[in-house]
Amino acid sequence: MEIRQIATLAGKEFWDRIRNRWVLAVALVFTVFALVIAYFGGAQQGTVGFRSIEFTIASLVSLVIYLVPLIALVLGFDAIVGERERGSLDLLLSMPITRFELLLGKYLGLAAALAFSTIAGFGLVAVVLSAQLDLTALFHFFGFMLSSVLLGLAFLSLAVMVSTFAADRTRASGMAIALWFFFVLVFDLLLLGGLVVTGGKYGGEIFPYLLLLNPADVFRILNIFGLDDVRTLYGLATVFPRALAEPWLLGLVMAAWIAAPLGVAAWRFRR
Amino acid sequence: MADTSRAPAERAAPVIAVRGATKHYGAVRAVDGVDLEVAPGELFGLIGRNGAGKSTLFKMMLGLIPASAGDIRIDGSPVTGSGFRAVRRKIGYLPENVVLYDNLTGLETLEFFARLKGAPASECGPALDRVGLAHAARRRVREYSKGMRQRLGFAQALLGRPRILFLDEPTTGLDPEAIREFYVILRGLKADGVTMILTSHILAEIQERVDRLAIMAAGKIQAVGTVQELREQMDLPLWFRVRLAHEDFHHVRAVLGGLPILAIEAREDHVAVECQRESKMVVMQALASLGDKVLDLHVHEPSLEDVFFGFSD
Repeated sequence: MEIRQIATLAGKEFWDRIRNRWVLAVALVFTVFALVIAYFGGAQQGTVGFRSIEFTIASLVSLVIYLVPLIALVLGFDAIVGERERGSLDLLLSMPITRFELLLGKYLGLAAALAFSTIAGFGLVAVVLSAQLDLTALFHFFGFMLSSVLLGLAFLSLAVMVSTFAADRTRASGMAIALWFFFVLVFDLLLLGGLVVTGGKYGGEIFPYLLLLNPADVFRILNIFGLDDVRTLYGLATVFPRALAEPWLLGLVMAAWIAAPLGVAAWRFRR
Repeated sequence: MADTSRAPAERAAPVIAVRGATKHYGAVRAVDGVDLEVAPGELFGLIGRNGAGKSTLFKMMLGLIPASAGDIRIDGSPVTGSGFRAVRRKIGYLPENVVLYDNLTGLETLEFFARLKGAPASECGPALDRVGLAHAARRRVREYSKGMRQRLGFAQALLGRPRILFLDEPTTGLDPEAIREFYVILRGLKADGVTMILTSHILAEIQERVDRLAIMAAGKIQAVGTVQELREQMDLPLWFRVRLAHEDFHHVRAVLGGLPILAIEAREDHVAVECQRESKMVVMQALASLGDKVLDLHVHEPSLEDVFFGFSD
């Protein structure tokens, strides 16, 4: 494996996203949404203005869980199939690079663009709010940003996997949207439905482990268990064993969610 | 029939060696048992209509499509082997209908490919100049015409001083002037010993410019050789177009009567005589014996076009 080749490919992807203002647009979306939530998130309760970092993060988690997977899937779904459909893939593959280097280079370049816009977007929010945040709160917010990046990288990995399976861009976009529906909307409903239908008799003990099968849930747990005040806001604390809620363990699960789809993509793309 | 699968007077190991290369897509045999050798420094042409299998064969030779069967070696290395990366550094490839990145400028495009090929960035400017795009170096490829894209694609193929060039329909979209310049560059590369294989369906364009050529149809190589060898292999009849001083058609017919000719007929202002290649000299001597009765004489050799369509049909 030649790092130089991977860096060249990643660099092109990253600068493409900087130049076409993708990074700027996504960062702005994050900043605007986060500020709106921070200041107006409590409007339903009759209050306006920044309340607490716990409350803000809890609201942001709900936003990020919808938005980041969608953005990541849109960013990566045509990474390979797009090159193939445009007709530029053959020329790339005739270069002295391996298919794995091409895949990894593309992933890393897109990942850098996504991470950069996430950190810039939410980082700006942290700067705006910094007067109202103490060190602990900043630490929590930093954890939230980091986990948002990991969530994005996991879904980007899924997107790149889709881009190696789909026969054309249209199908790839369909598969990406289906993945979003499944992980963001359907998965939790299925689990809950399963619990309710069985009257909670079966699956109660494995329920927390099943949550690990969805990177969006891993993200939720990561953030909610970091905040004592928030934990009680969600019923999750009652079903989720403390031992599983170690940040490093959940971080490892996220890392697996990043590596596994990429591995499948590499297997699929090897020929 | 002469053994024309080997380059004349060349005994060095072939740079491109294809044996029994086959590619099926389901029941379709896109490439069907192709044998081909290209010698070091040779300029080799691959001719065929669209869909003959040229581009598929090209992609197989570059290791982009795995062969269903057969063995393909470039510079001694199997194209599917792990050692092929080193060979790729010596290869320049211009795909058919090259697609580059619209959002990059011409110079940025070359810089990107130069980095991948491990070529110095300082090669990019001169490469653009070489294909006549220096003036458009900082314009986005999006604004390029089809011909300019093709030239940029060619400049890309020249990065890293390749020793082997694969050019798939390289003159598509070029105007006649640019085509001439393109072949001037190829002559320069040939003088430097670069091995080149190019495809075309414009026969007139390449028949005087390549050392040897192969005719491909329905996934198979139908014939390989120099233009002359192909003509001989085909054994196409040739025509004499004889202009006579007087209405001496009957006289001419009488003179040629005993010779192995295929046809003779009087046309408006000349007499047309058709014969096999091996009878050419006999017929010519007979016509010469007519002395000043003959005003003018043209020999019509079959064109490569005739050869090509003869094989392809």
